[in-house]
Amino acid sequence: MNVLSVTGLVKEYGGKRVLDGVDLEVAEGEVVALIGASGSGKSTLLRCVNLLEDIDDGQVFLLGRDVSDPRVDPDLARRDMGVVFQAYNLFPHMTVLDNITLAPRVVHGVPPAEATATAMDLLTRVGLADRATAYPDRLSGGQQQRVALARALAYDPKLLLLDEITSALDPELVGEVLALVREIAAAGRTILMATHEMGFARQVADRICFLDGGRVVESGPAAQVLGNPEQPRTREFLRRVIDAGRLQDPRPDRGGRV
Amino acid sequence: MTSDLQRERLAYRRSRARRSTLVALASTVVFAAAVWFGVTGAPGWPRVRDSFFDWRVALRSLPAVAGGLWLNVRVLVVCEVAVLVLALLVAAARTLRGPVWFPLRALSTAYVDLFRGLPLLICLYLVGFGLPGLRLSGVPTDPVVLGGIALVLVYSAYVAEVFRAGIESVHPSQVAAARSLGLDHRRTLRLVVLPQAVRRVLPALLNDFVALQKDCGLISVLGAVDAVRAAQIESSLAYDFTPYVVAGLLFVLLAVPSGRLADRVARRAARRQGAL
Repeated sequence: MNVLSVTGLVKEYGGKRVLDGVDLEVAEGEVVALIGASGSGKSTLLRCVNLLEDIDDGQVFLLGRDVSDPRVDPDLARRDMGVVFQAYNLFPHMTVLDNITLAPRVVHGVPPAEATATAMDLLTRVGLADRATAYPDRLSGGQQQRVALARALAYDPKLLLLDEITSALDPELVGEVLALVREIAAAGRTILMATHEMGFARQVADRICFLDGGRVVESGPAAQVLGNPEQPRTREFLRRVIDAGRLQDPRPDRGGRV
Repeated sequence: MTSDLQRERLAYRRSRARRSTLVALASTVVFAAAVWFGVTGAPGWPRVRDSFFDWRVALRSLPAVAGGLWLNVRVLVVCEVAVLVLALLVAAARTLRGPVWFPLRALSTAYVDLFRGLPLLICLYLVGFGLPGLRLSGVPTDPVVLGGIALVLVYSAYVAEVFRAGIESVHPSQVAAARSLGLDHRRTLRLVVLPQAVRRVLPALLNDFVALQKDCGLISVLGAVDAVRAAQIESSLAYDFTPYVVAGLLFVLLAVPSGRLADRVARRAARRQGAL
């Protein structure tokens, strides 16, 4: 059974169709990367999946259940999803530890001691066990994003949604976050991520979906979509990405970005 | 284009919205009925009704009370403008940096501490009876003017703190950007910081002005014949409290548009900042 299945998803903002009939499936343990230009609807798609937006048509199935049915309580559906946002969105008035244990304690009813133990395990995994009592603004962007990843994993969600989680980071901090995502993916977590990091998507994603004009234009194994795209629009997009990459970063040893 | 599924979904949402509206309506009616029967069923209600809600007395006192309210409105307008100016100056003085400005900074801090702590009524007595008592030439003796001065003194202290909170909420990077363009402290404050600060504290400012609006009624303690004083006079003529209720209702009516205006301004500001 697919963890996530999206059919004919439509989302409009003020009459403009941002998503125009998106079909997408994510199988258990699969890592799917959404690529596409800014404004192609990657983030909107993730927000619709997390039910942060009311959709205008189509359906979203999570673990086989239609969560886009208005009778479904979105808060219940969200218990099975973890989200990491581009701008971290940590709660500035809580310590790192409290940020991570909040949902397990308040939403999932985990006893505080257990929640703290889980959180400390996660913090060790993301390499920040010594910053548990720090407040988010004391951390670097990369550290904050690693805490955000730990926060999203704290209640062991069936699906992890990553919304361009390295876009707000300084270049030298991108690596530490991507390494962590790679580790999470290797541990078998089901992930749907929007990303601009083509090199990373190629390494980590099982499948890549190219979004353009509110639709999935091309979808397939990472190597195929990035290496030998079938659609002219995909080729055009990748050519622009490569050009921009060369302009931004002429050093040959930084092969992370295509 | 829309699928049956989506049509059904929209219909469901609409029916939910209708149901919430009905529930809200029903609960409002029940609440209003409970209050109405609770009050009118009270043992002392007939006497209260006669001495607080007498229609004839209300109609008879209305012209005098409304005339008094006109004085309140005029005092309010003048005081509001004065409060805005004085509070802005005090707030700006408190943001000045550097040892040269220490006296000004200390003075404005002391001013805020003093007049924010001083009860308005006591301030009214001190200014209204103490100031003319000095018998200095040029000091006004009109209770309306003296009452207005007391109001401005107290409210400016509050509003100055609101402004200061707004000024301090503007991120330091905005000041850095303005200074990097060569703007001096004054122009940075006027052109970059204050516009953002004022927009942010507008709801709090308008809140203070609604408070000022009704506190204008307190100048009556100095003998100015405003709405409250007029109600007092009418009340003693009729041996009935109804004129006070009339004055109270008029003050509420005056505050309602201000409240709605505050909501609208706040919404517009939020929209312009892209928060909505």
